[in-house]
Amino acid sequence: MSEHKGKDPSYDLQVLRERVAGTTGREYWRSLEQLADSEEFQRFLKAEFPAPLAVLDTPVSRRGFLRVMGASLALAGLGGCTRQPTEKIVPYVKQPELVVPGEPLYFASAFVLGGYATGVLVESHLGRPTKIEGNLEHPSSRGATDSLAQASLLDLYDPDRSQVVSLAGEIRPWSAFVDAMTAETKELVRTGGKGLRILTETVTSPTLAAQLRELQVRYPKARWYQYEPINEDSARRAAVIAFGENVDTRYALENADVIVTLDADFLGHGPARVRLAREFADRRRVVANDAARADMNRLYAIEPTLSMTGAKADHRLRLAAGDVEAFARHLAVRLGLPGGMDSHEASYRDWLGALVRDLKAHRGRSAVIPGAFQPPAVHVLAHAVNRALGNVGSTVFYSEPVVAEPVVQMESLSRLVAEINAEQVSTLLILGGNPRQSAPADLAFATVLAKVKTTVHLAADFDETSQACTWHVAQAHTLESWSDARSEDGTVTIIQPLVEPLYDGKTAHEVLALLLESGPMSSYDIVRAYWRSRNEQQDFEVFWRKSVHDGVVAGTAARAREVALNDDWQSRIAPLSTYAAGERSVEVDIRPDAHIYDGRFANNAWLQELPKPVTLLTWDNAVCLSPVLAAELGAENGRVVELTAGGKTVRGPAWILPGQAERTVTVTLGYGRWKVGRVGKKVGFNAYPLRTERSPWRAIGEIRVVDETHELATTQSHGSMEGRHLVREGSLERFRKKPDFVRDFEHIPTEGTSMFPEHPYEGYAWGMVIDLAACIGCNACTIACQAENNIAVVGKEQVLNGREMHWIRVDRYFEGSLDDPSVLHQPVPCMHCENAPCEVVCPVNATVHDDEGLNAMVYNRCVGTRYCANNCPYKVRRYNFLLYSDWETEQLKLGRNPDVTVRSRGVMEKCTYCTQRINQARIESKREERSIRDGEIETACQQACPAEAISFGDLNDAASRVSRARNDPRNYSLLGELGTKPRTTYLAALRNPNPEITPEADDHGGRGGHGEHSHDASHGVEHSHDASHGVKTDHG
Amino acid sequence: MAARSGRDDSTETSQQGPIIAPGHSFETVTDRIAGIVLRRHAPVGWWVGFLIGFALLQLMLVSIGWLLIKGTGIWGVNNPVGWGFAIINFVWWIGIGHAGTLISAILLLLRQKWRTSINRFAEAMTLFAVACAGIFPLLHVGRPWLGYWLFPYPNTMGMWPNFRSPLIWDVFAVSTYATVSLLFWFIGLIPDFATLRDRSRNRAGQMIYGMLAMGWRGSARHWHRYETAYLLLAGLSTPLVVSVHTIVSFDFATSLVPGWHATIFPPYFVAGAIFAGFAMVLVLAIPLRKFYDLEDFVTLRHLDNMARVMLATGLFVCYGYMTEAFMAFYGANPYEGYMMLNRFVGPYAPLYWALIFCNAVSIQALWFERVRATPAALFVIAIIVSIGMWLERFVIVVTSLHRDYLPSSWGMYAPTVWDWGLFIGTMGLFMSLLFLFIRFMPMISIFEMRTLLPEADVEEHED
Repeated sequence: MSEHKGKDPSYDLQVLRERVAGTTGREYWRSLEQLADSEEFQRFLKAEFPAPLAVLDTPVSRRGFLRVMGASLALAGLGGCTRQPTEKIVPYVKQPELVVPGEPLYFASAFVLGGYATGVLVESHLGRPTKIEGNLEHPSSRGATDSLAQASLLDLYDPDRSQVVSLAGEIRPWSAFVDAMTAETKELVRTGGKGLRILTETVTSPTLAAQLRELQVRYPKARWYQYEPINEDSARRAAVIAFGENVDTRYALENADVIVTLDADFLGHGPARVRLAREFADRRRVVANDAARADMNRLYAIEPTLSMTGAKADHRLRLAAGDVEAFARHLAVRLGLPGGMDSHEASYRDWLGALVRDLKAHRGRSAVIPGAFQPPAVHVLAHAVNRALGNVGSTVFYSEPVVAEPVVQMESLSRLVAEINAEQVSTLLILGGNPRQSAPADLAFATVLAKVKTTVHLAADFDETSQACTWHVAQAHTLESWSDARSEDGTVTIIQPLVEPLYDGKTAHEVLALLLESGPMSSYDIVRAYWRSRNEQQDFEVFWRKSVHDGVVAGTAARAREVALNDDWQSRIAPLSTYAAGERSVEVDIRPDAHIYDGRFANNAWLQELPKPVTLLTWDNAVCLSPVLAAELGAENGRVVELTAGGKTVRGPAWILPGQAERTVTVTLGYGRWKVGRVGKKVGFNAYPLRTERSPWRAIGEIRVVDETHELATTQSHGSMEGRHLVREGSLERFRKKPDFVRDFEHIPTEGTSMFPEHPYEGYAWGMVIDLAACIGCNACTIACQAENNIAVVGKEQVLNGREMHWIRVDRYFEGSLDDPSVLHQPVPCMHCENAPCEVVCPVNATVHDDEGLNAMVYNRCVGTRYCANNCPYKVRRYNFLLYSDWETEQLKLGRNPDVTVRSRGVMEKCTYCTQRINQARIESKREERSIRDGEIETACQQACPAEAISFGDLNDAASRVSRARNDPRNYSLLGELGTKPRTTYLAALRNPNPEITPEADDHGGRGGHGEHSHDASHGVEHSHDASHGVKTDHG
Repeated sequence: MAARSGRDDSTETSQQGPIIAPGHSFETVTDRIAGIVLRRHAPVGWWVGFLIGFALLQLMLVSIGWLLIKGTGIWGVNNPVGWGFAIINFVWWIGIGHAGTLISAILLLLRQKWRTSINRFAEAMTLFAVACAGIFPLLHVGRPWLGYWLFPYPNTMGMWPNFRSPLIWDVFAVSTYATVSLLFWFIGLIPDFATLRDRSRNRAGQMIYGMLAMGWRGSARHWHRYETAYLLLAGLSTPLVVSVHTIVSFDFATSLVPGWHATIFPPYFVAGAIFAGFAMVLVLAIPLRKFYDLEDFVTLRHLDNMARVMLATGLFVCYGYMTEAFMAFYGANPYEGYMMLNRFVGPYAPLYWALIFCNAVSIQALWFERVRATPAALFVIAIIVSIGMWLERFVIVVTSLHRDYLPSSWGMYAPTVWDWGLFIGTMGLFMSLLFLFIRFMPMISIFEMRTLLPEADVEEHED
């Protein structure tokens, strides 16, 4: 200490100590800071640590000078490793006083897919985004997200993401690219942009659009093209045909009593799917004795392949995609419109008749939705039908286009290709997308690219296109960049970064700024400058802060447009093309993949492992074929088949999909990538070669079986319920006659059968109710849970072995005929049984019950006997057979939820009801000396669910949403007859069949096993259902 | 069954033949048995057998090593089949370990003289089988290094094991059984160790056998205490014969898995265990008596008796199968019914029918005296039964788990190379131990054999 040095008492540490002794709390720290700068402190420091200062004090020797300089240079170099933030990340959604470790902050941003934004809130732990959640205030999110938005978080931390700028594959600094662009610009300015072409994906970003327009002003000879493989070309073409102008069509299903989809998977595809799922589900939740909620919509789906929408349909008509147009024409004719068809010979005549009567009975309250993968004619017909039915203004709305520059993208791309082939292009900027992979086969984009002198590819991955380009620039992830984008209704979200770019990612704004040369150069400044220019009259800071904070820019929704249907629309649509179905020819329907989309998520392990809706396949795409076609070909699951269409051949494993139209096969895009990270490499087959410019979604080709197999990993190999009453379903009619029809299926043990006294739950009693009438089987819950709970990905081999780790899975059962089944979805998390079978068998007490009814899993105590998993009738327990969690990759560590343990090998895990969220709310409530409010805790699955199918809360609170759901007559326990007393229960699924099509045969026509008669017969005794009715499903 | 064979054995010279061939004296008995141990060089056949066993033992070590490095995932276990080969093999080995105690304890108490010549190696077999069995429950857990948490020991965490879990009961049952069996076996060996000590011609043998003999001098007091202790231990182990497999069966019976949750399990498992145990004794005894010229001591009479026990317990087991099937349908529980149907015609049906053939059909041959008097036939049947009992455990464990309540979670189970590696490896351990036992310990109780001789009649009255 300083005593022994103490020449001067003011150097004494004791003195300094005394100086701070008089202060307390925050004052103390402030004092110390001041202290550090005080003269006394400096003197003390010098006395205490004289060595480094002494060097400076001594006369400078050459040696000494070099030594000191060397050291400081080295230190300066180290300092350079820390990136200095240059931009502010300002607003908070939940305004915190301080960033507190352990307390996450939420920032509004957007997830952008196909150009359209979905508003999200991103959870951030100390500057690391860890979870994406829906933004309640955003019109196309309303608090929910889809699985892709949830999983996009993993892309941020993808270690295989492109990290650098490269020139012909060799790493270059950003400055080199800037120099190259500057040089390029000089030439371009001189020629007015001759030879400059820009290819973007769909652009809704007002800022980017403004930049592009500015660019066209600066370089009048430059051209901007747009192409995305999954686009809205049909709708665009149709709007021009029908209305003579470009308008967007939006559907509002809250008003729709009857919905008809013409090969439209509105629940599974499209920018509005989250919103439509909510609106659709809202009309499926029927509440007994509530006049306002007594009605239910009716969904008719006409489609070739079983989609999420088809799975939910009350009536589904299997039709090859090529026959949907004929159906639409028949429909139009039956509604008195010129459809150009006689409607007598169709096989679905009666069905159509019933549908038409239903539509006519619901004029103004119905919606006919055409599919994005159907030709423009179907869209035009749908416009006409909707108009004829008076739906416009009620369920169908038209607005000015949301995209910045509506074009038919296929034409746009082909024009670009034509220009390149005519050698008119010298510089091509590809901002996002992977056109080399995704362009239609007949455009031969790969060879075309080579003809351009300078190609620049801005992309998140160094992909197939990057490989063929001169320059590759790593694109920043949405979560690390400033930008903006519009949602399907036009509302703008300002995208704010949650974190500094992990790598050297750049945005399209920054790349374009290089060409513009004037104006701001960073995304932040560019976006701000744009919005400042738009808001000159009001206080910009107020506007900016509010917009960024809310995640929506007020008043930016697209303006509604009154449009008049051209009288001659019928003559302007191409006549129905008939295709001669040869003996061996099949229709190949090409669709975006439910999870990999167009291939952009190929390296996202969460999405690769997420079972696809309906097929429940993971880690592969497949050629889905109907049971009839499979039998004809002799193809079983996993047998490789060869599809030949338009001279192109594609090979992929077969997957027999009940409900597939007979002579059609469905393939999904995005797989078979060859220049991709570790996750997506050699996964699946590439279906893009089957696409042509004229017919991107449908090909007529031949199919043959190849003597080869490819194992496909599904998470559910058994689709039948085996007559067990697992998913209980009834018709609306049955529900009305007997609201508690679910009781017909069960014999719950009556009270008093246990020798042990009931455990009383005082305080909170957590419970969950899942409404199967609302659930659309989209898997958003599964992936939300995965993100929230640090659930590991296991890989295809392990999935094949049944070792996937998802804590909540969506079971899918088929009912009815193999060719035309109905589909039932059932999300299954842990049931948190009050009499949990897993708990008694654990030898080390690693799984125990807490006093709020949670079945807790103590990872530290688990030795891994797996007895609990064996004894769990719901099979929700997941075991770490190997070391599944990645403990090595640094990037992945950043993305984990710090509130949840990362599990190691040899321990069991399962759904915890998001116990970390419960505890967070508990802490909050205790601090505020109140009890936890209903709705304060939202589990991750509940939060993500676009259909609001999941409710969670305190069962001891009779007013809570979950208690009300539990008292719903549709409430039942899965396997309740085992006496497990689950805390997670289900509300029975409902369907609303048209009595004309499905006559209500008897009262017991519900699914979920046999009707009442056979049920009782199988038990041999006549049971009184009333005795067991309503018993033991509730407590407290 | 004991009562039945008891009646047969009440007279020494029943029509089944003697339990020791005529013409033997104290001297020849001792020479013949002790000679196997004390001879200078082991026969070539021993070396072949031992080295095969030892090689397989290395396979076990490799399998364990890899398991510890990688984790349980190297096996075929999955969701929904959380238990696989490890538990199947555990139950199988434990079952095999039953015959030893039964022969030594229950038959001793029932004064079945014929047990004498087979009890020693039956007991050894028991021990080795229990050793093999004991490996599995430990290794099948995800974190074997924490296996000691299953024991109730005072600890700073203040944690006790869950006494409601059958796995805890298992820990006690199996460890008690192993301890008592070891003691019983060792005490039985003491007089023979003394014989070997006295007859050994090299220093090492004298020292080691001397220590093992624990100062046995053969005095009357020694014999008196010995007899008392042996009888007490026999009394102690008798309930264990029933308890061990009863508790092992609780692992299944207390769960709610269809196909496991059955009250028939305890007796059905015990009978199965004795069945399997006797089959294994036959599998070992028949070649041994041939190879080591012990036909005089392990006579056809022994084989016949063991075959009868096997037949009787086998019929118990068949009754168990029938009850299981009957109750599954009679109980009108759809899950149970499906489980049974799935066994009959599901993906594992061939194994179920193979098991029925092995355990129910093949043993019907034992009704015929000529079969029981043909060692080769008995050997084949015993092998079939051993396989059958393994299949039974496979069927119980796997077919019950792979399709339980929710069809969405149904799956299949297939063992991997490491499952087989460890299983075959434990056979190596068993063989290695057995060959070492044959080489270094008297495989037939010398002194007890001597009591069977006519010269020993005097002593017999004292018993």
